[in-house]
Amino acid sequence: MDPENLRYTKEHEWVRVEGDTGTIGITFHAQKELGDIVYVDLPKQGAVVQQGKTIGSVESVKAVSDIYTPVSGEVVEVNGSLVESPEILNKDPYGSGWLVKIKLSEPGEAGQLLTAAEYQAYVGTESS
Amino acid sequence: MIKKVRPHPTQNEALLFETSSPGKAGYQLPELDVPAVDPAEALGAEHVREEIPDFPEVSEVDVIRHFTRLSTWNYAIDLGLYPLGSCTMKYNPRVNEAVARTEGLMWIHPYQPDALSQGAFAILADLEKALAEITGMDAVTLQPAAGAHGELTGILLVRAALEAQGNARKRVIVPDSAHGTNPASVRMAGYEVVNVASNDRGMLDVDALARMVDEDIAAIMITNPNTLGVFEEHIAEVARILHSKGALVYMDGANMNALAGISRPGDYGVDLMHLNLHKTFSTPHGGGGPGSGPVAVKKPIEPFLPLPRLQHAPSGWSWNYDRPQSMGRVRAFYGNFGVLVRALAYIMAHGGDGLKRATLDALLNANYLRKLLESHYEIAYHAPSMHECVFRHASTGAIAKRLIDYGFHPYTVSFPLIVHGAMMIEPTETESKQELDLFADALISIAQEVEENPEVVLAAPHSTRTTKVDEVAAARKPILKWRG
Repeated sequence: MDPENLRYTKEHEWVRVEGDTGTIGITFHAQKELGDIVYVDLPKQGAVVQQGKTIGSVESVKAVSDIYTPVSGEVVEVNGSLVESPEILNKDPYGSGWLVKIKLSEPGEAGQLLTAAEYQAYVGTESS
Repeated sequence: MIKKVRPHPTQNEALLFETSSPGKAGYQLPELDVPAVDPAEALGAEHVREEIPDFPEVSEVDVIRHFTRLSTWNYAIDLGLYPLGSCTMKYNPRVNEAVARTEGLMWIHPYQPDALSQGAFAILADLEKALAEITGMDAVTLQPAAGAHGELTGILLVRAALEAQGNARKRVIVPDSAHGTNPASVRMAGYEVVNVASNDRGMLDVDALARMVDEDIAAIMITNPNTLGVFEEHIAEVARILHSKGALVYMDGANMNALAGISRPGDYGVDLMHLNLHKTFSTPHGGGGPGSGPVAVKKPIEPFLPLPRLQHAPSGWSWNYDRPQSMGRVRAFYGNFGVLVRALAYIMAHGGDGLKRATLDALLNANYLRKLLESHYEIAYHAPSMHECVFRHASTGAIAKRLIDYGFHPYTVSFPLIVHGAMMIEPTETESKQELDLFADALISIAQEVEENPEVVLAAPHSTRTTKVDEVAAARKPILKWRG
């Protein structure tokens, strides 16, 4: 169920690279573990972010979780619809629930991340 | 069907706005016997409000009955067991309140001359000494106004002590089983947080830690017992690893309820720590507090403690501001005095043996509940429990709500975060076997309901004036004002 064309992190984010832009989101597993998401805190457009660092947070009725960016670069677009309708993250984490788009400063980074198969194997060991 | 006129505690209560009746008032003024003044003329027309919209017009007795009825809605430690434990609610012996209301203590003023405050100085000095002895540390500041304030003070002390050696370093290690405020305190003190995972026994992974510690690590911020209620068996080894690289060991004393009188952090390598007086030493919990978060340190860190310090000379007690290495003040005046009086009263009433007994009772109560419940609920970690025990269940939220129908306050739900479906139970030292049995019976009965009639649990609570609240809608689309 985790799309093959994305790359994943152990912190349960995904990135889809198209040209020099990476679109970032959280995985199906992440939204399922968090439960009903009620608030999303995202960086501002223009923010410069660094791989592995916190860029915002996702809040559910159970917990608040940091979002770690899987790639470095400049935030060029933020998914504003999540402010009014955070439930999109639960319904469509790999589609309309994307978080931010980043103009990549280190295009090689994404290739180092987990593939869909590796991520699924990791999630399997984590929950067992 | 009768018409029940009098609102009962189990019925809902109208807002005062809704009970308003035009012309009603809670006061009656005498005839004016001086010349009338026009407020608009005296104050300026722009300062006079024509009408207060929706201002409730009610009588005195309407107001009294309204708030008295509301006051009966509260579940309180004075009504029954509160399984959230020392973090949130613990019974405080009433004698401490009586002591704090002693006239000379209640009306004391921080600006009154030192010569007239000698008794207050002595109380503070005695409490510092007692807390130093209980923690096994060398010096204590009572200045921080709450636990998280103590944490921040503690990590700033780490920074001050390391800066004095020439390098403040960059990072602080925080285990995933640490107290929730720790990472925030680390960040506020300008350090980066590095997480270290727990092992399958619910303890810090010492090998992972050893690989992590280098010259950039300023300190570890460790909670012991951790939030799983498990004592970090390798705490002395942890301290050795940190010290070998010149880093410090900070202990969050939130769970001191499990240690007081038995185990002293200063004896197993802790360099500094804070205490939450409300959790262990019987001072007010939340709801207006105020709080207190004393910080206890070993000798090498003492010069950096906040200003001022207590000092004693043949002429009596006074404040010492002449401490060039001090990190400075963290609060106006020296802590929340009335709270400190309660803590000292509690410590002195118990004495060393009494504190030890209270700790053993807290441990016994938690382990008694664990024993009664572990054949009905899955225990999260098999390591021995200290003052609290953590179970796991997929329906932890629903079970907690069902407990309300049985007359108990819910336990801590979904925390610690590292246990999925956590049910954390801390009965504290106060509860009797009878009360613990009633609580265990309720949870065992709910476990049977989960098997035989899950709908009744999932839709709980049933006996309250407000039924199950839609928490998701409330958080996503909050209505924050009257009439939306």
